Parts: sequence; structure tokens; C-alpha cells
Amino acid sequence: MYDFAYHKPSTVADAVKLLADPDAKAISGGHTLLPALKHRLNKPTALVDLSGIAELRGIRREGNAVVIGALAKHAEVAASAEVAAAIPALAFMADHIGDVQVRNRGTIGGSVSNNDPAADYPAAVLGLGATIRTSKREIAADDFFLGMFTTALEPDEILTAISFPIPEKAGYAKMRNPASRYVMAGAFVSKGPQGVRVAITGAGPCVFRQADMEAALAANWSADAVAGIKQAPDDLNSDIHGSAEYRAHLVTVMAKRAVANAG
Amino acid sequence: MPHVTLTVNGKSHTAEVEGRTLLVELLRETLRLTGTHIGCDTSQCGACVVHVNGDSVKSCTTLALAADGASVTTIEGLAAADGTLHPMQEAFREYHALQCGFCTPGMVMSAIDLVQKNPQGLSEQEIREGLEGNLCRCTGYHNIVKAIAAAQDVMHGKRSEIARAAE
Repeated sequence: MYDFAYHKPSTVADAVKLLADPDAKAISGGHTLLPALKHRLNKPTALVDLSGIAELRGIRREGNAVVIGALAKHAEVAASAEVAAAIPALAFMADHIGDVQVRNRGTIGGSVSNNDPAADYPAAVLGLGATIRTSKREIAADDFFLGMFTTALEPDEILTAISFPIPEKAGYAKMRNPASRYVMAGAFVSKGPQGVRVAITGAGPCVFRQADMEAALAANWSADAVAGIKQAPDDLNSDIHGSAEYRAHLVTVMAKRAVANAG
Repeated sequence: MPHVTLTVNGKSHTAEVEGRTLLVELLRETLRLTGTHIGCDTSQCGACVVHVNGDSVKSCTTLALAADGASVTTIEGLAAADGTLHPMQEAFREYHALQCGFCTPGMVMSAIDLVQKNPQGLSEQEIREGLEGNLCRCTGYHNIVKAIAAAQDVMHGKRSEIARAAE
């Protein structure tokens, strides 16, 4: 790793000021950023550690939503009684990210801000129609994920919390790469205040909604309803771990399993 | 250069580090606690696992400065002052849960965190899933799982000593 200055602000306002430097980068759990820095894929002159900012913590119920602070670690979301009671599929998803040690360090804010095409959280955020709260504004999930590793966040804008509307039903299923544990294809399905939503992660360059499956599930909420729907492989990822055709096939299988998991 | 102050195995240390210094580098190179290993250096193998404020973490993917003020436990901090092994260490010995031993410090640290966080007890399958972040390239997983199963009985007070391995 190249060396960098390290800052640990205690307020969002101070963090935003430090991040006004275009060569500064935010860090929380660091389980994506530090490996990237070791490979010298990135050369920030300063890291701004957000983990000391109290206002980014906490998991709470706000009316018909569960609001999770950006610094909530995957293990905290997995173990949260609040999340388990309101959105068990979200607790299940958090409990199956990476491995124990990744879940002890990785945060929801980091995962969603990074928008790795093979991450789990973007599927839950899009699949539940969550709202992203930032240091400047609120952004709907549909407007947040713009492309591979790209979101609507501006350089000096920090994700502060995510508000998940409580669904009637929700389920998640994924096929993991057995070595990296990243998602090959995963589906997060939900039925709730925003209608039926099906979000697919891992398969394409960015999480996306599967409109055909949403229409089928809106008419008939059952695993059988999506069993015959084929995902086109055209824009999906193809690499040493699996072809686009393989991932397209997995999308249907994972959507079926996600609906079955949702009950 | 910045300073970091942290407690390691019950003892307070202050050290000068760079921004990029990793926790594992501070432990091994500055504090000379070389029981914590660096295997893959890409947060996959778990040879570098230590406890930070009670959670198992990969110290190769944690900045030393991010551990400022933290309480860290490494493999060197497990045995009692008189040399009595921690039940997990004793179980690893009894069940021959190692071959080359390179992964062992990380395995033991992950296993202790796993058992402590699951007071209801773990099935064989749950132990295997809990070890996903630790790789043993001798592939000696069977005896590691048996050792953890035996250690949890002692750690949860169900037995006073580690059950003997079958001859």
C-alpha cells in the first residue's frame, strides 16, 4: 500500500469537510477498500475513517420502516431483534455475507456506497425499495444504483442511514462463488407498500430489477410463477467463474428460491 | 508519524505507526507477537484472526490506527500465566487439530469467538459454517471441528475438562 494520512472525525460535518479533498476517501470496515489499496488500484492521499461518528450508528424502528445507520456491521444487522421481527429476510441476508470476520467489520453503508456488482446489500436495498439517507438529501433506491461501482452519491456526500419499508413478505436466495463467497447470482423479492419488487445482484454489472418476474409475482405470488421466466443473458457478466448464460439460468433458480424463502 | 495506543493481551502499548500500517504488522513487527500469522494477505485465509473488543477480525485487513483505544487479544494472550492452556488450545492438542500448524492461531481465535457467541451450543454443521473465514490448506478440518465441539462443552461449563479423543 502507498501511505496516506489518516483522519477520524467525530461528526458527519467534519467528515464531509475532509472529503472535499478529491484525493481523500472514506473508510469504515475497510474490507473492500484495504484489499484494493494493497493492490494499488487506488491511491488516496488521505483516508477518512467514519467509524467514530456516533450519529451514523443505530438500528431503529421509525413508523412502518426499519432505519439502519450506515455504520451498522453485517453481524449487528444479522443479530438485531428489530430487524428480525420486521424484515427477517434482511437479517438472513446480512447473516450470509462473506464470512464471520467480514461480518464483524463490514458495514451496510460501506457495502451500499461501494455498489460492488457481486455484493448482497444492493439487492436488499433495491428489492425492498429502501430510501438512502445522505449528508445532503434522501435518494430512492431506484435512483441510487447507477452502474458498476457507481452510485448517485457525490464525492463529498456520505450515506448516513438506510430506511427500509417493512414488507408483507420478503425473501432472499443466492448462489455464492465457493472461493470468494461473492454472489454469482442472487435475488431479493418482496411484496409490500411499494408493490412487488424483484432485485437481481451478482449476475450483471449492477443490481437491477427484473420486470417480468415482478409482473408475474404481482399476478400470482408463488415460486411457480417465476419458474418459466427466462432472464436474457445479453447484458450479464461472463468470467472464469461462470458464463452469462449460466448466470441467466441462475437468476430464475434464485428467484424461485427467494419466493419460496419468503413464504 | 501518528501514534496508536491499544491494549494487547491485557497490557497497554503505544507505538508510532504510518497511516497504512496494518494491525497485523503492528502486532508482529512492532510488538513482536509473531503467533498471529499472515497467510493470504487478502482477507480470505484467516491466519491473521485476532479479537478486537471481543470480535474476531482479520488483522491483515484492519488499520493499526483504526484499533486505537481497542482491546486486542492474540493467540499469545490465551494461556494462563502458569502456562495452563485455554480449553480451545487444549482441545486442539487433544484432537490433533493441526497438521502444519500455520492456520492454527487464526483457527483457535475464530473458534473461541464462535463458541462464545453461541452459548446455546453449536452443531457440527454450524461449526463448519462458522469457520468459513479460515482456510486450512492441509485440509485438516475434521479434527478441527471435533476439537471445537469438545472445547465448547468445557467453555460452557458442561464438562470440567476436554473429552478424550477416541484412541
